[in-house]
Amino acid sequence: MKIRVDPDKCQGHARCYGLAPELFEVDDYGLSTVVGDGSVPPELEDRARLAIANCPEFAIEEV
Amino acid sequence: MRRTAPVSQWGSDFDVLDAKYVADPFLIWDQLRTTCPIAHTNRRGSTWLPTRYEDVTAIAHDIEHFSSLEVAVIPFEGEEPEEPVLPYGLPPISADPPLHTWTRRLLLPWFSHNRVESYEAMTRGLCSGLIDGFIADGRADAASDYAQQIPVRVIAHILGVSPDLSDTFTGWVRDVLEFADDHDRRVNAVQGLLEYFIEEVAKRRAEPGDDLLSELLRTEVDGAPIEDSLVLGAAALVLIAGVDTTWSAIGSSLWHLATHPADRKRMVEDPEVMSLAVEELLRAYSPVTMARIVTTDVEYAGCPMKAGDKILMNFPAANRDPEVFEDADEVILDRAHNRHVAFGSGIHRCAGSNLARMELRVALEEWLRRIPEFALAEGEEVTWAGGQVRGPRLLPVVF
Repeated sequence: MKIRVDPDKCQGHARCYGLAPELFEVDDYGLSTVVGDGSVPPELEDRARLAIANCPEFAIEEV
Repeated sequence: MRRTAPVSQWGSDFDVLDAKYVADPFLIWDQLRTTCPIAHTNRRGSTWLPTRYEDVTAIAHDIEHFSSLEVAVIPFEGEEPEEPVLPYGLPPISADPPLHTWTRRLLLPWFSHNRVESYEAMTRGLCSGLIDGFIADGRADAASDYAQQIPVRVIAHILGVSPDLSDTFTGWVRDVLEFADDHDRRVNAVQGLLEYFIEEVAKRRAEPGDDLLSELLRTEVDGAPIEDSLVLGAAALVLIAGVDTTWSAIGSSLWHLATHPADRKRMVEDPEVMSLAVEELLRAYSPVTMARIVTTDVEYAGCPMKAGDKILMNFPAANRDPEVFEDADEVILDRAHNRHVAFGSGIHRCAGSNLARMELRVALEEWLRRIPEFALAEGEEVTWAGGQVRGPRLLPVVF
């Protein structure tokens, strides 16, 4: 599984970081990016799906 | 207190200050959502009230047709001064791009995830100290003795102003947000708040510190210092936006736990549920409604909106839309799919959301650690504030 954050949609709610801090980073302005190239280890796939399902801006997608 | 006639037609003549709406808006939203779903009123000017998640978020993202130049739910009904102290209002909340963009970037680092972590120990000590003050009594007002006392002191810390003035700050913020239909209270509060910050700005100029106000004064944009009116507006915004809102969320959450013993028990016994529970309580009891102004005549979802009309951004109702949330009217502490918009949606997402979340979590953790069992005091009244910010103002509990 691989995910990405659309920087044009992300508004810094930081819900993804709260749910899966291993998979996301947030900067000083709140913008989220994926850690590394966005590859999700199998044991974190459920949390990646949770992050996708909780983003208020629909900014996270599986690629 | 509220000078308003009772509402009988919610779809065509709603009033967010109606006593019924303030006490329990949920059924009204449910009815509107299935019948209307964007209500209208001519009370206090032509105003629209969307109730569906889809409509509220679509309007929040359409900044071309819906401007933030006027965000107050209750319009100001006096004469505006010819040379206002704050010609730009309270940026970035009351601004559109481009002013919104750069003023927001000045504030955001103060409320970043890392910065907010550094305020946590102070917040926890504050909560614990408040509980020390009443725990031996076996009773307290969870709103006025506890929830109300927390965010204002954290904000004072960030702004670098005296926490001794917390009650004064709280009074100003309530007069601006909760008693906004009382012209004199509103005017006096704005004047008091501005005079206070003008004096604080002068002090920081003479003796800069490491607080938010000093930092704003130090910042240069395009080679020039920021205008005083923008510094004042941003400082006033941080105070106004960071006090009533979070205190209401803490109060509503404690009300829920006081009235739902199974949820209270679960949160005490299973601290792991806290992070999801905080989001669920924010969803179910979202305190904040903001406004937008229609920029040009536009038809939205069959509603003929005219330039100058106001839209009440009903994020609280969006968060109870059954199209988006299963069993929307039920609090499910570990709700896994919770795309709530308690902090808004789009470019005006609450800049203090990380701070608000931390305060709500720490306030609940400390309360539940010290007072795991509590209930409403029988026969005593719980009162709610409404309008711009909804939450309990009197919440007598026994333990």
